Amino acid sequence: MSADTPLMKDPEPRAGTTAPGGELIRLEGVTKRFGTNTVLDDLDFTIDPGKHVTLIGPSGSGKTTILRLLMTLTQPDEGTITVDGQRLFPAPEKQVREVRKKIGMVFQQFNLFPNMSVLRNVTEAPVQVLGMSKDEAEARARELLELVGLADKCDARPTRLSGGQQQRVAIARALAMRPQVLLLDEVTSALDPELVAGVLDLLRDIARSTDITMLCVTHEMGFARDISDKVLMFDGGRVIESGSPEQIFSEPEQDRTREFLGAVL
Amino acid sequence: MKWDWNAVRDFMPHFWDGLLVTLEAVALGSLLSFSLGLVWTLLMRTPTRWVRWPVGVVTEFVRNTPLLVQLFFLFYVLPEWGLTFSALTTGVFAIGLHYSTYTMQVYRAGIEAVPVGQWEAATALNLPRQRTWTAVILPQAIRRVVPALGNYVIAMLKDTPMLMVITVLEMLGQARLYSQQHFQFTEPVTVIGAAFILISYLASLLMRALERRLVR
Repeated sequence: MSADTPLMKDPEPRAGTTAPGGELIRLEGVTKRFGTNTVLDDLDFTIDPGKHVTLIGPSGSGKTTILRLLMTLTQPDEGTITVDGQRLFPAPEKQVREVRKKIGMVFQQFNLFPNMSVLRNVTEAPVQVLGMSKDEAEARARELLELVGLADKCDARPTRLSGGQQQRVAIARALAMRPQVLLLDEVTSALDPELVAGVLDLLRDIARSTDITMLCVTHEMGFARDISDKVLMFDGGRVIESGSPEQIFSEPEQDRTREFLGAVL
Repeated sequence: MKWDWNAVRDFMPHFWDGLLVTLEAVALGSLLSFSLGLVWTLLMRTPTRWVRWPVGVVTEFVRNTPLLVQLFFLFYVLPEWGLTFSALTTGVFAIGLHYSTYTMQVYRAGIEAVPVGQWEAATALNLPRQRTWTAVILPQAIRRVVPALGNYVIAMLKDTPMLMVITVLEMLGQARLYSQQHFQFTEPVTVIGAAFILISYLASLLMRALERRLVR
């Protein structure tokens, strides 16, 4: 990737960039229940800026819920979540919006807006939320779409694209908001097997060439090993083991982790 | 009984007058019911009970009383309170209001059919609430409900003869007037019957074309 891609560190600093060394995301005593089912159980962890953290574990272990909490798509029953020093629940609407500006999310089902062209999917939020001019937003969107290999699809409707292409548009759409944190929620789970590699390669590029903090939930263990600084193994709403990818994948300490990796690898 | 082409020819000028009034009533009634229905739907989604409750009561009431009674009420009772409108204005308002209580349910179904992921994507992009509605949710919801709204246009067309009771001379009113003056019923009533079929059919073609354009 060349040095002048739109992803490289911006000349102007992002709003509210954390001082180096400080933690970016902190969860303290976070509990989330759905009915009688406790999805997250008194969870604590922190994520430092610029780190790539992968959440692994069996389905229903609460990984996706963490991303949804950070994106404010759902609320915790107990505990506090702070992002860049700002508290999320409870917080006034204005503060929630400030925090959301720092976070982008890519969904398992893409969730592109089918009533808009690919280009407008990418320009809509920068124009409406960041107050960018339409021309500037379009110029940036075209650069991002080129980066994800879809420069020729600007005017297409998302529904005309393959799953892999749609997911790459969704990644461009999230990046267009210049987030400090990118949440990736099983982004290849809904894709046909032959389309998975293209999306993962793109994410590897982004992980390598930017300083965006990444938090991903994935079942692609090879990808997790490649990009992660840290891997958290979830089970029953708790982190049962965490460490570097080498540690987790090669010499896990917990039987449950070994069992899980044995089943998916 | 024999068919008299001269009666048809004599009736035609009155027919055109009536047709114009019928089309006007349907067009304005549709516009009113489409916009008012959307307003009801959105009001029913506000968080405050004090808005939802009165809107719910009023729309239930309107939906569950006959259009004919509403026409009588608006035309003969409101003037007693000093509110007087022309017969056609009253008719358009009554049709629009009555059908808005049906279109509101159509819109609600359309909005609920928009996948929750669309709301989530809008939240993740931090779109303002109003923008989420106007740019993301409503365009998708309305696209889904065009066929259902089209059916209500045809239903409204078929209800326009009721305006006759409040002295509006739409097609049936013109036919009745002509019949009573000339004692010839067959020709004028047949002409307007054919006109209703034709208009319904054209309207359904138009709706289908619109649907194809929207569902791309």
